[in-house]
Amino acid sequence: MGRVADALRLKQGGAAADFDRPLLLTPGENLAGYIGSHAGRAALFLVTATSVVAVLLIFVFIIREALAFFVDPAALPPLDWTSAGSAFAWTWAALSSIGARLAELLGGTQWYPEAANPEFGALSILVGSLYVTGGALLIAVPVGLLAAVCLSDILPFAARQTVKPLVEILAAIPSVAYGFFAVLVLAPWMQEHLHISTGTNALNAAIILAVMAIPTIVSVSEDSLTAVGRELREASYACGATRAETMVKVVIPAAHSGIIAAVILGMMRAIGETMVVWMASGNAAQIPSPWWDLTQSVRTMTATIAGEMGETPQGSDHYRALFAIGLLLLAFTFALNLVTEHFLHRVRRAGGASR
Amino acid sequence: MERKRKMSGTEMVLVTTGIAALMAVAACFAMGAETQKQTLQIEGSTTVGPIAEAFAEAFMKANPKVQITVKATGSGDGAAALIDGRCQIATMSRFMKDTEFQKAVEKKVLPALHTIAMDGVCPVVHPSNPLKAITRSQLRDICSGKIANWKDLGGPDMPIVVISRDTSSGTYEVFAEKVMGKDKMSEKVEYVNSNPQAHARVKTTAGAIGYVGLGFLDTSVKALTVDGVAPSRKTIATGVYPISRPLFFFTNGYPELGTTLHAFCTFYLTEKGQEIIEAKGFIPMTSY
Repeated sequence: MGRVADALRLKQGGAAADFDRPLLLTPGENLAGYIGSHAGRAALFLVTATSVVAVLLIFVFIIREALAFFVDPAALPPLDWTSAGSAFAWTWAALSSIGARLAELLGGTQWYPEAANPEFGALSILVGSLYVTGGALLIAVPVGLLAAVCLSDILPFAARQTVKPLVEILAAIPSVAYGFFAVLVLAPWMQEHLHISTGTNALNAAIILAVMAIPTIVSVSEDSLTAVGRELREASYACGATRAETMVKVVIPAAHSGIIAAVILGMMRAIGETMVVWMASGNAAQIPSPWWDLTQSVRTMTATIAGEMGETPQGSDHYRALFAIGLLLLAFTFALNLVTEHFLHRVRRAGGASR
Repeated sequence: MERKRKMSGTEMVLVTTGIAALMAVAACFAMGAETQKQTLQIEGSTTVGPIAEAFAEAFMKANPKVQITVKATGSGDGAAALIDGRCQIATMSRFMKDTEFQKAVEKKVLPALHTIAMDGVCPVVHPSNPLKAITRSQLRDICSGKIANWKDLGGPDMPIVVISRDTSSGTYEVFAEKVMGKDKMSEKVEYVNSNPQAHARVKTTAGAIGYVGLGFLDTSVKALTVDGVAPSRKTIATGVYPISRPLFFFTNGYPELGTTLHAFCTFYLTEKGQEIIEAKGFIPMTSY
């Protein structure tokens, strides 16, 4: 209706817009626009909600199966909501069961789920994950960060144009290929040159995971370092700072949020990696005996779940224990995320007060 | 020149629907053409996998209308797939566990057995290892961690690296049943997830001891004699070798006579089938 009126007005030589009409039309005046805008917003909301719901559903599914490991509903006393004593007894039984199972899972180091008397001590597996992730980060973060600084500030632009795509190709290599490399090339090399008895160990897995995390860290850090822009760097040079001072005291603090995001992304890659650790870490469910000896074989949570899930019958104790380990893995990931967010918050508050 | 008119919204919707309908019809025709071929799905053990694949190749060459796919991820996976109805043949290197059997019967699947070949699980060490013979009790002590250094067995002063198959493998089950008995594996034992990987680890690690199926023995690893019996065709076929086992095809009930499934399940009795089994390094069931 409004369009036709505008066209007529133009033909009669008047202004293109009708200045007597209000800017915001009521639904009655522009029904199509009203419905369109609300339908569009609903559609976009649905799309966003789908991804959030997917994450929530993953949590619900894992927690439901893992909870069955911690609490056996049949073993609890009968619950009668009307009686306070019965409710108390039920809650107490449930909590103590959860506590006992959690202590067994986190305190025991013996993982023998298929034995005649199954033992579900996942501490050695948790420690294995920690060793492998920690080792990978210890290698990947300095190397990745220095490579990013080098690419953005030191090497000529032409070098950056060739090197960056090459580094990103590393990220595209499938993890099985890395696993083969680890078992067939790196393990014998370590046995020969480092004179250790077994080449598939925590160090092997840590090195390969570092190689997988480095492209992510380099790529995202380098992007954020470049995004700092010339003005800040030129201002720093104008104040008389040397190249090193500019990089360390101006550019890197200015890009710190991007750098921490890069480290988090690289860490996520290292924690969740399954195929590589399954092949390269040796899968021995032990805590290395001098605790700093990374050249001993360890087992990670991801490899345990991947290696044992295929065979276990659904609903058995072993199956639920694997889901409990999955829950541990989620908790571990969350905890690491929170720690890095805390650091991000601290650095932001301390260093970026003006932002 | 006349400006091309942009398609209005309604026209856009009609065109999209038309293209989608055409694609759906084309997909239906393609699917219809595919169902002319008969399919056979085989899942299960990584030990029996190579035999099943070679059988499938020979069978498909003889009968071009049959499409056979073989998946080898573990005996347990094969049993689970047969119970769920996802495959017609489950290749397994061990008999079904009682839990699996019960689950199958609950789901109205009656597992029928075909013993297609014999296999020996052979302990292997690195070629540089001077050890030649071992007893089952020594093997058990090594795996449970009581013997930790090769010098306790007359070898060089090197720590023993034990390579075992992961617990979902049929090879592991046989080893655990025949050698370990009630003893648990030491926590220092390393796990790998396939025969070729165990072979690769022992080949490259001087202090390693592992176990592989007879079909995976070659000159790059050294096979040990167990309780004085060397692993070979004769000793395994006659059951003299202590760590030997039959290899199975499981089907849902005995296959109907004359069907493709029946022909495939009795392929091991034919001359071609036995040649394939021997070529893969296993021992055929017949012995004339």
